[in-house]
Amino acid sequence: MSETAVPVTTKKDWSSDQEVRWCPGCGDYSILTALQMLMPELGVRRENTVFVSGIGCAARFPYYMNTYGMHGIHGRAPAIATGLAVSRPDLDVWVITGDGDALSIGGNHLIHALRRNVNLTIILFNNQIYGLTKGQYSPTSEVGKVTKSTPFGSVDQPFNPISLALGAEATFVARTHDMDRKHMMETFRRAHDHKGGAFVEVYQNCNVFNDGAFEQITSREARPQMLIPLEHGKPIRFGPDGGRGVVLDGQGRAKIVDVAEVGEDRILVHDEKRDEPGLAFMLSRLAKGPFEPTPVGVFRAVDRPTYGEAMQHQLVDAQQRLGPGDLTKLLHSGATWEV
Amino acid sequence: MTDTTQHALRELDRVVIRFAGDSGDGMQLTGDRFTNVSALFGNDIATLPDFPAEIRAPAGTLAGVSAFQIHISDHEISTPGDAPNVLVAMNPAALKANIRDLPVGGTLIVNVDSFEDRNLAKAGYAENPLHDDTLKGYTVYEVPMTSLTIQATSEIGAKPRDAERSKNFFALGLVSWIYTRPVEPTLEWIKQRFAKNEQVMNANLLAFKAGYNFGETAELFESAYEVKPSTHLPGTYTNITGNTAMAWGLVAAGQLAKLPVFLASYPITPASDILHELSKHKNFGVRTMQAEDEIAAAGAVVGSAFGGHLGVTTTSGPGVDLKAETVGLAISLELPLVLIDIQRGGPSTGLPTKTEQSDLLLALFGRHGESPLPVLAASTPAHCFYAAIEAARIALKYRTPVILLSDGYLANSSEPWRIPDVESLPAIDVPFATEPNHDGPDGTRLFWPYLRDEATLARPWAVPGTPGLEHRIGGLEKEDGTGNVSYDPANHEKMVRLRAAKVAGIATDISPVEVDHEDGAEVLVLGWGSTYGAIAAGVQRTRARGRKVAQAHLVHLNPFPPNLVEVLRRYRKVLIPELNLGQLSKVVRADFLVDARSLTKVQAQPFKAAEIEQAILECMQ
Ligand code: SF4
Repeated sequence: MSETAVPVTTKKDWSSDQEVRWCPGCGDYSILTALQMLMPELGVRRENTVFVSGIGCAARFPYYMNTYGMHGIHGRAPAIATGLAVSRPDLDVWVITGDGDALSIGGNHLIHALRRNVNLTIILFNNQIYGLTKGQYSPTSEVGKVTKSTPFGSVDQPFNPISLALGAEATFVARTHDMDRKHMMETFRRAHDHKGGAFVEVYQNCNVFNDGAFEQITSREARPQMLIPLEHGKPIRFGPDGGRGVVLDGQGRAKIVDVAEVGEDRILVHDEKRDEPGLAFMLSRLAKGPFEPTPVGVFRAVDRPTYGEAMQHQLVDAQQRLGPGDLTKLLHSGATWEV
Repeated sequence: MTDTTQHALRELDRVVIRFAGDSGDGMQLTGDRFTNVSALFGNDIATLPDFPAEIRAPAGTLAGVSAFQIHISDHEISTPGDAPNVLVAMNPAALKANIRDLPVGGTLIVNVDSFEDRNLAKAGYAENPLHDDTLKGYTVYEVPMTSLTIQATSEIGAKPRDAERSKNFFALGLVSWIYTRPVEPTLEWIKQRFAKNEQVMNANLLAFKAGYNFGETAELFESAYEVKPSTHLPGTYTNITGNTAMAWGLVAAGQLAKLPVFLASYPITPASDILHELSKHKNFGVRTMQAEDEIAAAGAVVGSAFGGHLGVTTTSGPGVDLKAETVGLAISLELPLVLIDIQRGGPSTGLPTKTEQSDLLLALFGRHGESPLPVLAASTPAHCFYAAIEAARIALKYRTPVILLSDGYLANSSEPWRIPDVESLPAIDVPFATEPNHDGPDGTRLFWPYLRDEATLARPWAVPGTPGLEHRIGGLEKEDGTGNVSYDPANHEKMVRLRAAKVAGIATDISPVEVDHEDGAEVLVLGWGSTYGAIAAGVQRTRARGRKVAQAHLVHLNPFPPNLVEVLRRYRKVLIPELNLGQLSKVVRADFLVDARSLTKVQAQPFKAAEIEQAILECMQ
């Protein structure tokens, strides 16, 4: 709000005085640290920053940030944040959500916030389980998941959150994971700087109810083989010495190959700015789950007018066309008569 | 057009006309036009639109009948009339669906062209009712409206099928002649409304004139009638529906509070017109959002309220069900918002286009936990304007969600409204918190989001963007003062009682209920919401018989005005008419131990004055 320079802050300035109450060892801690470390680097003010959440373990997040914050109701954070972001375009609004919150009870709000391109930074903590309600399967749990509510294994096909966000016309879609602070900070920074609805899926370990769900791809040893870094303008390669890569096969499908076998020229060059989301969607389908080589980084980052801007334009336009609102004139705008 | 001198001109003090036809026949438009021209003429008016939920039910069927009743008068009236004096029936189905409401001796004008075998069969008439005894006792005018319209419009080369669509304007012209309405405003209106399609404009103009001239020249009608202007208070008047008044009231509330209005709604009958109307007024800084669902609409409003806007969501019964959880959140967050419920027949989808007052208990109690909130109800179409301002005032001052009840009848019906002087509307003072409000143990100044104002018990409203007041709120129980999450049992009880006391305390800040009392009256008729007009008319009729009766009407339903208890005790009997199964009477009995009598009706129609009168008389026995 004020014109003066943004004060220099540290992580401590962004941490609230509330005791953090996640289970010891929970992946949420490292995400919190990454964000609290990132905030001083973003050049933003605490008073202009708002964290909005729904319900679930992740949703406690706003209480731990020394900013404005609202812990809302289950699934509705994108709707609440939409109202805030469009009425107050001057604010930086973040949404913290989980897989149950965003993709089950709140699925409708998530997809509509994304298609409208509301200026929000949405961070989805995906742990593939319901934590706060003590361990039921979630809409991202794998088929066959044995939980308290599915003693014989779940029979639900899971959502792929990246595919879903792309299908919902999101303008910024990225994935990161809780074992790599640097990658998280970089991804969150990009998401924050994006104008419009930014969606970040964070693979997050719930060590109490779904321990090790992402270990096969995110452990330090597995990463080189199992994480496919997406970098704009660069060939999509991974593995020791970049020996593996992604190509489009004859059927137009994305496929993992040995670079040596196909030649470097055939390796797909990542283009996050492609208007057409088809290729990004294909990349999101490369892995059937966090047990196959999985792309991380920014899948898509394109420009589209934000919902708040468009609404603001209409207000300005209406004022220019009709003049500033005059209540007396409004009340006399129908047919009137004198007595 | 010729004048009417060759016909006798008879004076009437009031008349009730019902236009009825197929939903594709433009009856609502016709009624609306007749209303506006009568209002401009200076009559007092009250209207009752009545249309099916289906946009175009099969043509010619009973299900597809759409009607518009209008009461015009040279004196003050408060209802659209118990029964029509004149019924205009555009087809057999319209006749069949409405004739039972026309008292014997009434006037019936039918479009005789439509009374052919196919339409008769569709309406379920084995015989043509114009040819047997069915209509004995009525004055029936058989007018070939379709063919005369086709004839009149042939000069501009309109095809018969297109020309036929103008027949409602023929009917309007005819009725305008019978009741000596000025023609210019309608001609002007047709020109403007259909400016984009000259062919249609000309056809409608010709049809209207043909109808008017038919009355003049056909020698069918022995006289025309005159209903003189009513003696209103001096001022500038406009004719207004409840939904428009509601939308304008919200714009006014934003202006009075100097806050931008944010409206998020999901389309639902009969509330959508408020969204439509407000969407036109973006030059007032009004933001409107058509949300993805009812829940999102409420959620977005909570977000905008957190951001310091006047947040409003409009809906009807089923939407209130869906918003309940979010309203509960707003109660816990203690943020202002206005939820407007245009009640309709329920449960479930019920009767979407019809009126009912069956959401009172839902508004009062329809949330989990101890979650009281202020509830108000508008009583006439124009009163919706003031009710919207009052709902916003309470919400903003006490940082609470407020439910404002209207209904399908108020939403769509209209009355003349003396436009208030904008300067006379009281400003709404909204002090945002700008400074810390508490000393920490080490002397630093802190901001406690739940440190209440001692008088109102409202918590401070600190909006994002205010440096130094960063705070977190949420749906978990909060510690008194700090607002930190607290599971402490004693604190929970304290907070539950504080929230309840805050809402109860609003009673000292609202107008006392006024009683229209007569010396010697032993019966009080207590109403709320849209029954105001019918109750007032019923009370007048009772008094016209020389019987003493008192009337009071509630705008504030939670908390009740503080003098209500004393008012109730003053009368030997209390009669509570409601368009539900007795919801207010249940609350009055529970709160005041008063043996109130309940008059209930759930026929998707407002009360008739006669029904109220009869109930009052029975009460007196
Ligand atoms: S239940 Fe799982 S997700 Fe929730 S706090 Fe504990 S470890 Fe973290």
